[in-house]
Amino acid sequence: MFGKLRWSAIPIDQPIPLITSVVVILVVLGVLGLVTAKGWWPYVWREWITSVDHKRIGIMYCALGVLMLVRGFADAIMMRTQQAVAINAAGYLPPEHYNQVFSAHGTIMIFFGAMPLVIGFMNFLTPLQLGVRDVAFPTLNSVSFWLTASGALLVNVSLFVGEFARTGWLPYPPLSEATYSPGVGVDYYLWAVQIAGIGTLMTGINFVTTVLKMRCPGMSYLRMPMFCWTTLSASLIIVAVFPILTATLAMLSLDRVFGWHYFTNAAGGNPMMFMNLIWAWGHPEVYILVLPAFGIFSEIFPTFSGKPLFGYRSMVAATLFICVVSMMVWLHHFFTMGAGPAVNTFFGIASSVIAVGTGVKIYNWIFTMYGGRVRLTVPMLWSLGFIFTFVIGGMTGVLLAVPPADFLVHNSMFLVAHFHNVIVGGVVFALFAGLDYWFPKAFGFRLHEGWGKAAFWFAFFGFWITFAPLYVLGMQGMTRRLQHINIEEWRPMLYVSAFGVAVLAVGVVCQIVMLVVSIIKRDELRDVTGDPWDGRSLEWATPSPAPFFNFAVLPNVEGEEAYWGIKLRAIETQQLSPEPKYEPIEMPVNSSVGFYTAFFASVTGFALIWHIWWLAGLGLAAAFAGFVVFAWRDVHEFHVPVEEVARIDRARRAAREAFLARLAQQGALP
Amino acid sequence: MSELEYDPRLYTGALNHREDHAPGDEPEESAGHWVRNSNLGLGFSIVLTAASFWAVGSHLIYGPAIPVALIVLAIAQMGVHLVFFLHVTTGPDNTNNVLALAFGVLVVFLIVAGSIWIMNHLTHNMMPVEQLMQMQPF
Amino acid sequence: MSDTGLPAAIEALRRVREDPHRLGHRAHGAEAPVEGAGHGATGPANKRIVVGYGFWIFLLSDIVMFSCFFAAFAVQRDATAGGPGPRDIVELPRVALETGALLLSSYTCGLSFAATNARNKLWTQIFLLITGLLGLAFVGLELQEFISLASRGITPQRSGFLTSFFGLVGLHGLHVTVAGMWLATMMAQVQLKGFRREIIHRLICFNLFWHALDIVWIGIFTIVYLMGSGA
Repeated sequence: MFGKLRWSAIPIDQPIPLITSVVVILVVLGVLGLVTAKGWWPYVWREWITSVDHKRIGIMYCALGVLMLVRGFADAIMMRTQQAVAINAAGYLPPEHYNQVFSAHGTIMIFFGAMPLVIGFMNFLTPLQLGVRDVAFPTLNSVSFWLTASGALLVNVSLFVGEFARTGWLPYPPLSEATYSPGVGVDYYLWAVQIAGIGTLMTGINFVTTVLKMRCPGMSYLRMPMFCWTTLSASLIIVAVFPILTATLAMLSLDRVFGWHYFTNAAGGNPMMFMNLIWAWGHPEVYILVLPAFGIFSEIFPTFSGKPLFGYRSMVAATLFICVVSMMVWLHHFFTMGAGPAVNTFFGIASSVIAVGTGVKIYNWIFTMYGGRVRLTVPMLWSLGFIFTFVIGGMTGVLLAVPPADFLVHNSMFLVAHFHNVIVGGVVFALFAGLDYWFPKAFGFRLHEGWGKAAFWFAFFGFWITFAPLYVLGMQGMTRRLQHINIEEWRPMLYVSAFGVAVLAVGVVCQIVMLVVSIIKRDELRDVTGDPWDGRSLEWATPSPAPFFNFAVLPNVEGEEAYWGIKLRAIETQQLSPEPKYEPIEMPVNSSVGFYTAFFASVTGFALIWHIWWLAGLGLAAAFAGFVVFAWRDVHEFHVPVEEVARIDRARRAAREAFLARLAQQGALP
Repeated sequence: MSELEYDPRLYTGALNHREDHAPGDEPEESAGHWVRNSNLGLGFSIVLTAASFWAVGSHLIYGPAIPVALIVLAIAQMGVHLVFFLHVTTGPDNTNNVLALAFGVLVVFLIVAGSIWIMNHLTHNMMPVEQLMQMQPF
Repeated sequence: MSDTGLPAAIEALRRVREDPHRLGHRAHGAEAPVEGAGHGATGPANKRIVVGYGFWIFLLSDIVMFSCFFAAFAVQRDATAGGPGPRDIVELPRVALETGALLLSSYTCGLSFAATNARNKLWTQIFLLITGLLGLAFVGLELQEFISLASRGITPQRSGFLTSFFGLVGLHGLHVTVAGMWLATMMAQVQLKGFRREIIHRLICFNLFWHALDIVWIGIFTIVYLMGSGA
């Protein structure tokens, strides 16, 4: 009746998961209770859960990502402290738990921390920067978000019902096959990632179509902001490689559930094929993360240097180059598996060559700053920290790209230090820079600068204190994923690294304090003009927060840096352009199909994990029924009357006129 | 802001003949033209399919060349489907479609050819599984 | 530059308008807006184009997924683990029937779209029905094939080769089945709602999907069946 599910799946004999689960459940119940008590459900349902507005969906993605980053960081604290205390000692995490912790850490950080945040930025910014009202498929967008949330839910449910995978963030066979991992852990991983992966694939399709087919008049390809180019490239990679992930995880699921032989040891299965396919996905995946991060920096450097981005066309070329070559390097993740010199050489050279694209970008950012008037705001600090950190991480990557060198440090702490160097230095720093930079656009008030700077400095030094010792440990011969350590020589570096995690934790606390303080002081930090940073692209032409239709009238773009020219013209002539002729606007209606689909996806996933076949069938049938009901609706758009469009836009123009008047008073005009 | 008032009529349902077309969508053409395309597509496909089936059984083609012939015939038939059924042409209104297709073909090639190349080398260098299993302690 | 950091010189204005990156030439962009070809100078595309193109991109992603299963098949072609090989499981007459059914269904699908363009509800439905029945025949033949193999003890659990055979062919059959369910839904919608804008968009997508499945089948019958039978 309930498949493999038993009461013993709840970990009452394991203190850490038990206490964590209780705390999480209490917090969740508390939040739900608060919303109920205050009568906020209609608002939450109407404005957020069923919203198809890319800005709302982007904010929800970022909120999910930030929450899961914190959960992943908690796992990291556990790993560093375990390795610091388990030197010729038992430590406090038994092996079967430690293995789940490092597996959950990687899975959550990549799939449910970094990806949602990056996709959240793509969601929030792309239509605004392209000068249009929403993405190509707004309802599909909502479905994508809720499926990702469904995956995150399943991973977190594994904490209090059952167990998580012990196989690392990529479940290599034969360990992940049913013979050697008979529990539900790997199944939790498979279904959570599979469901989230479908959501991500739909996002990729959505944004390729949006960037290629939906831009405001006059915005040809070479007039798009750099972030939109990186969105396009990342989305192309998503469309190209997420099907590989779907296929490979499906093959592993077929092996586990039905006893097939894709990757088994016996009867003609080939475990090495799993490594081949999963890394054919896995390498492009990190470029999906890093390209939009580069795009964020390409927006921040020009704004805070007061100069246009240097070498725009070479940036575009470098981005497309990285996009294509990223799919030609995947074997460098398994040089040691034994493909031989010919194969290893090809992929080693390709892996070194791909660094050229990034090099072009780094030089362009530096030359953007040169000759400009650099303002050391919080986003700029994160960007400068990125240049320093990422370049070093990239260099260790080129070292790893040389097969004979990789033979010595493959799967050592050197590797662990390298990929954290580039992901934290590249992606995480970009995300924090972007969160600070675009927070006013999303919520209407800036983040507190003092706490933001503190958060940066603790993160920057915390990162280096944590991970520099890991490079040393790798060179000293320490392998990754060790639950206990027998080598005394490694003790000092392990202690330094554990101290570094404490510094990082202070940084995380600073971020939380920054958010709380900013909310309390939001009236002082209010962004009244919509352009708090003297920005150069179209999102800064809207008020903060932007109205639901983004632009009352779609802008007509004449050159690169669409907003900059408009702004300068207004300043020069000391007046805004004449009021446009307002027309009624059609916007897509809200839809609950995303939430509904994800709900039944979670039910189906849980049922498949625990082999409750009737429930899985029911979930799928309900999901299909939901599609049909959704496909039957007659009303797709709602009509925004001219008066409302005019009212909202006139308020924007009044704020801008006041801004101009203030500038004139301050004597900023010629 | 807003130098010009421009708000394109997004939802007319009518297709501007100078705009891009999606693959398989050529509403400007008459039904007759469309049926002619379908007939040609079916005709060519039947010929190519029959040729494939015949090539396997016949002795007219040099044995080791049969797989090559089959692949050529398959690619040709895929082309027939793309052109006659899906109407992916080289016109300027189809550029995006062709580029997307080219990108897809590149990815498929990298995965299939790459996997075959890599796995071939790995298998060649690996100890046979039967011997590997004998190295297990249990 | 002023103290507030806002450059407001007329010089800057002229430079931005004409030569933003000081390259000595005019800023990028066409002189006269060119419609079509995705240059974006005329604003967001019509929704019909957007839907069709988005579905085309989805199809490419689906083809990539199939290519992984093809790759697995190629790698595991010899992994028969002492069991039946390609020659033991291929029955060319049945494959010929399946191929004929699917090809004809692609043809009738194209005809139904011609009828849709002519806004002829009757012929659209007739040809959609024939397409569906041919698709049903295809799936029926495949099920018959799988059952017959299973009755001889030839199952995916037997070897790596059989796993990848059943996986690839089964995945395609699953796609055809789901497409059949979609077809039934579309016929119902056409009947009850007529040729509304969104129904036509969905028919465009359905057409693309059905033709793409036939294209994948060309790959399958060539590589799995024809090459398996003789080579």
